[in-house]
Amino acid sequence: MAIFLSNYMWTWLALLVAALVHVVLLLNLVAVSALVFIWLERKISGRIQDRLGPTRVGGKFGWLQTLADGLKLITKEDLMPEGADGMLFRLAPYISFSASLAAFIAIPFAGGAFLLSSTPWAALHVNAGVFFVLAVLGLEVFGTILAGYSSASKWSLFGAMREAAQVVSYEVPLGMCVVVVVLICGSMDLSLIGDRQAGLFTNWLIFHDPFTFVTFWVYFTCATASVNRAPFDLAEAESELVAGFHTEYSGLRWSFFFMAEYGSMLSVSLLASILFMGGWNGPLPIADWIGLTADHGVLAMNAGKLLGLVNLLLKAVVGVSVMIWVRWTFPRLRIDQVITTCLKYCTPIAAVALLGATIWQYQLPGRNFFGLLEVPQAVYELKEGGLGERGLEEEGLEEGPQVVAGPIEKGLTAEIEPTLMGEGT
Amino acid sequence: MGEPIYWPSFLFLLCSAIACVFAVAVLLATNIVRMAFYLVVSLSATAGLFFLAGADFVGAMQLMIYVGGTLVLLIFGVMLTSQERFVEMKTWSGDWVFAFLIGGMLLMILIPAAFSVPQWSGLDLSEAKSVEVANTATPLGMGLLGARVDQLDGHDPSEPLQPGYLLLFEIASVHLLVVLVGAAYLARAKHKR
Repeated sequence: MAIFLSNYMWTWLALLVAALVHVVLLLNLVAVSALVFIWLERKISGRIQDRLGPTRVGGKFGWLQTLADGLKLITKEDLMPEGADGMLFRLAPYISFSASLAAFIAIPFAGGAFLLSSTPWAALHVNAGVFFVLAVLGLEVFGTILAGYSSASKWSLFGAMREAAQVVSYEVPLGMCVVVVVLICGSMDLSLIGDRQAGLFTNWLIFHDPFTFVTFWVYFTCATASVNRAPFDLAEAESELVAGFHTEYSGLRWSFFFMAEYGSMLSVSLLASILFMGGWNGPLPIADWIGLTADHGVLAMNAGKLLGLVNLLLKAVVGVSVMIWVRWTFPRLRIDQVITTCLKYCTPIAAVALLGATIWQYQLPGRNFFGLLEVPQAVYELKEGGLGERGLEEEGLEEGPQVVAGPIEKGLTAEIEPTLMGEGT
Repeated sequence: MGEPIYWPSFLFLLCSAIACVFAVAVLLATNIVRMAFYLVVSLSATAGLFFLAGADFVGAMQLMIYVGGTLVLLIFGVMLTSQERFVEMKTWSGDWVFAFLIGGMLLMILIPAAFSVPQWSGLDLSEAKSVEVANTATPLGMGLLGARVDQLDGHDPSEPLQPGYLLLFEIASVHLLVVLVGAAYLARAKHKR
């Protein structure tokens, strides 16, 4: 997009506008989804507890409840305890939120990077996308720990210490689960992993073999732990620690922690659906059947991608709803039980699944759906393209613009026909 | 449109300035958690440099290992081992002199070394614009397995390729394991019977 704009304005302005478009879109996604999820959480928790939940604000179903909450939070007094480390106390919510937001940079929302010879709908097409998202999601913890430490309150400090203990336990199995998928796809590129599962739902990686099926549940458990949701919300634990790491926070700063939490819930659910549940590919390839592919022109391709975007977001919303459901169903674990769950159960299961998936892939290469079906031919073509855009360029394939994401200077200097669509989601 | 500023250079200078300023801030701070925070900023800016150079994988690695892992462990260790609430650290002037001596000596070795390699001397603007930024993840991954696909272009078949990174990788992982065991040892509860 920056290339396209730089034909019409100064380069710095083009870069700025292109960056702003991406940032605004992602920020809105996180903020609006947080609004929806908070309402959803109240509603679902109400129903689970045999209550009605919000009913009045905004007419039916109380759907404007979150907005009213937000207004209330803005007008609240912004307190900082005496004896707190002022700078870190003020910074901590923003660190949490920006880490949570930064994970969205590399998440593609609709694919077709290699198959349809177009760019995926991602703010930045990172070659090692999975790895980047995991790394950035790990940083969110830092805000939590800083908040707990700088609050000068024993409840907060306890929350932060529990969080630190939790991090070292869930990150190991979480990483292992992701490695299983990376191993099967042979790539860390999220858009390639998603495209590999195109077609019927039988191509989804959760159904690849019994081990990936197990891996998905381990991943989901660890992901729930990583976003501090019950039954793993030890850092908060309102019945024991008042409110844990955000005991001393009020008003807008407090709400930033919540936006970060809901943002991370969405990003781990997006990651789960891309890694295991087919990403932007629906259970049935409807977009292919009605002709919304690259063969039928740019407009059809983008309509197909829009359908994929809706698909992906729907799956993510289902994931978040399951997290909400789990939160209001299970009691909170003790910290030693959390560590036991993650290190003594999830890690060995993930390790066995990794080994099993390796052997399965070695013994039954090119089989999908528990080894019952052949991998579709398109996947192999995908891989050839996926080994690098370099390969495509050398072979002189010129179906479309290969806007190679990565550092922006490459995009600015590459002599390719700029296009409007594709880069921005 | 004209380009008065070469933007990659600007971003490079920005990231390196942040990295350097916060590295100095780590030295000057007295509160240990603030030090850790400055270190995080400095290391993140270094990761930004890697991303700028097109090395996505190394950048993510930097974030994952240094910024994420090590610092969480550091803070974890600090919190569990310190007795007071805000740990203050004072540096003696003798330590400053000593540190400047050693640091300065290292810098005196590193700067000539950095400028003596002809490939690192920097490019002209026209040359820099023609550089293709290739993804490094695949060659790096192959290199970690011992196959240096990055050296295949224009390579003399009679000579052996340079070794991969497998040994270095193993050394680093054993080192990290030692660090982890050490952190666990420091942070463990001390039972008095």
